[in-house]
Amino acid sequence: MVMLKELSKEELVLPGNASCAGCAASLALRLTLKVMGSRTIFVVPACCTSIIQGQFPATALNIPVLNIAFAATGAAASGVVAGLRVRGINDVTVIGWAGDGGTVDIGIQALSGAAERRTDFIYICYDNEAYGNTGMQRSGATPIGAWTTTTPTGKREFKKDMAFIMAAHRIPYIATATPSYPTDFIEKLEKAKKIKGTRYLHVLTPCPPGWRSDADLSIELGRLAVQTGMWVLFEIENGVFSISSPSRIALDKTKRKPVEEYLKLQGRFGHLTTNEVVQIQKAVDATLDYYIMLNGQRAYPLLID
Amino acid sequence: MLKTIVETGNRVAGLAALTARAQVVAAYPITPQTQIVEKIAELVDSGKMNAEYICVESEHSAMSACIGASTVGVRTFTATSAHGLAYMHEMLQWASAARLPIVMAVVNRAMGPPWNIWTDHGDSLPQRDTGWIQIYCASNQEIFDSIIQAYRVCEDQRVLMPAMICLEGFILSHTNMPIKIPDQKEIDDFLPRFKPGWILDVENPVSHGNIVTPEYYMELRYYMHDALQKAKQLIPEVAREYSEKLGLPDYGGLIDKYMCDDAEVILVSMGTMGSEAKLTVKKLRAGGYRVGSARIRVFRPFPRETVREMGTRAKALAIIDRDISFGMEGILFTEIRSALFDLPKKPLTKNFIAGLGGRDVTQIDIEKIAKKTYQILETGVGVEGIDWVNIRR
Repeated sequence: MVMLKELSKEELVLPGNASCAGCAASLALRLTLKVMGSRTIFVVPACCTSIIQGQFPATALNIPVLNIAFAATGAAASGVVAGLRVRGINDVTVIGWAGDGGTVDIGIQALSGAAERRTDFIYICYDNEAYGNTGMQRSGATPIGAWTTTTPTGKREFKKDMAFIMAAHRIPYIATATPSYPTDFIEKLEKAKKIKGTRYLHVLTPCPPGWRSDADLSIELGRLAVQTGMWVLFEIENGVFSISSPSRIALDKTKRKPVEEYLKLQGRFGHLTTNEVVQIQKAVDATLDYYIMLNGQRAYPLLID
Repeated sequence: MLKTIVETGNRVAGLAALTARAQVVAAYPITPQTQIVEKIAELVDSGKMNAEYICVESEHSAMSACIGASTVGVRTFTATSAHGLAYMHEMLQWASAARLPIVMAVVNRAMGPPWNIWTDHGDSLPQRDTGWIQIYCASNQEIFDSIIQAYRVCEDQRVLMPAMICLEGFILSHTNMPIKIPDQKEIDDFLPRFKPGWILDVENPVSHGNIVTPEYYMELRYYMHDALQKAKQLIPEVAREYSEKLGLPDYGGLIDKYMCDDAEVILVSMGTMGSEAKLTVKKLRAGGYRVGSARIRVFRPFPRETVREMGTRAKALAIIDRDISFGMEGILFTEIRSALFDLPKKPLTKNFIAGLGGRDVTQIDIEKIAKKTYQILETGVGVEGIDWVNIRR
């Protein structure tokens, strides 16, 4: 178990960054860099972190950052990894750091290619469930029912299950997380850092302006997402699926909080009818039934011993 | 010591990447470029080439990966054609604006639909404004020489811009020609190790490409323009040095001119049409026509000054485009006319569109173009409008 007080005191996200009040993504960024340390290169496509970094000639990130086009993260990171290897540099961690749109939509091809090539890097998707930087348009990661500016009466489709898309690539490490459970998140980052090959973390990061929630509720919303089962924390390590301890409460139907507790704090779900909330609850219950069945099992076959 | 080998244009491009000691190659196959990626894959796999070869899943990713590798300070190479180049477009701009001296072979192929795998310049010319140096070749030897020279020019600290070396699909890409290759040592002396302009380095962290306000952006674009102007000076110098040191041909720097000094009519073209034009000139000269050929080798930076010199002396320029800017005219024609615009006495300029989608442009066609231009000069009839060579209407 990681002790928060043992975490590095070095701040690689410098004071004065341009994130919104209550931005959980910037918290995820800070924790990530505390674990990864200064020998890290970031590859960042268009996303909120393009803004959070601040404007030239300043930057809020005290590590090398390659800002790259929206669709290009996985490929540009592959180039950085190959270039470092050619130069004999083997103690630098390369991280693709992208939002949900840049991961599950426009960047999925380059990421899939990088994972299939077993590129030695970590890819972290920080997921605020819409195109936040451009003012909250729907993405493939937007949950069903959620208002966005391009789903004015609520999204009608389910959120894309990106972690399992990555599992289909049979990469050595996949995990979901949220900075609302920092020790769980940090443990996963530390584990990812030690493994070779493509590692994928998908991190739910509440977004007050986009979710139409109070800025002081971001941590609470991450917790409720887990406690209701709207967001399940798990790992797929060498193919084996296991639910992480903060999510255990949601496995027991009697202890699982009703989704309404999570939904009602967010304006983006404010238009939902009672029946729609029931439908979402059913979908969450079905997903958890599936995860419970899978817990401890293989999410993909072991091809080579 | 020069060694003569017989190879296709594609394999020659691969050999040039090997000889230039490209360290990371990221490429995606597309007809007619495929032999280049196959050649490099074979060289890397057999250990003959000390490079990382990234088999990317698209051309967009090919350029992105080259960008990533170049930002950590290694020499990179890629190759593509037509739709692949179009798919790369966004990243072409990224590479040049990030000032990364990536070198790419572009095997010219017509754009679809309909599918057409044969050559024209309608793929690379629309990339005119991306900041890439563009060099068009007329022989397999020129492909090799241009790739080596491009690294010298692009990596020069005054330039730091990428370059595409264009070779026509099948006409060069799949045609065996004898070429002379210098010793590795001689190439190494000519082309020193890559010194990047900037680098992603954990010891000295920078954020590259974060938001730049209107207060700074324009200067960055000015510097890119300035870099290409400097490349215009440097390209002929590097070509001369290469030729002198290695005993290989100098193609005249920016424009390969043939019998232009006293020419009344100059045939202006690019790529292998320039080779045909030379032969046409020889033939027509024997018949008493004072014609010359100017093959534009370097399209970006554009050799404005040399074009103006030719325009001052000649009575007419027949500009043969293997491309069309729909709703306007040939792209080369626009460039030539722009360069000539403020000359006090302008030559007649006539635009011929030829060879789209790989249609053969023969010596007979070029001879007709030359004679037609003479006719327009003499009669004043037919000055206006584009002449579509051998078009069926």
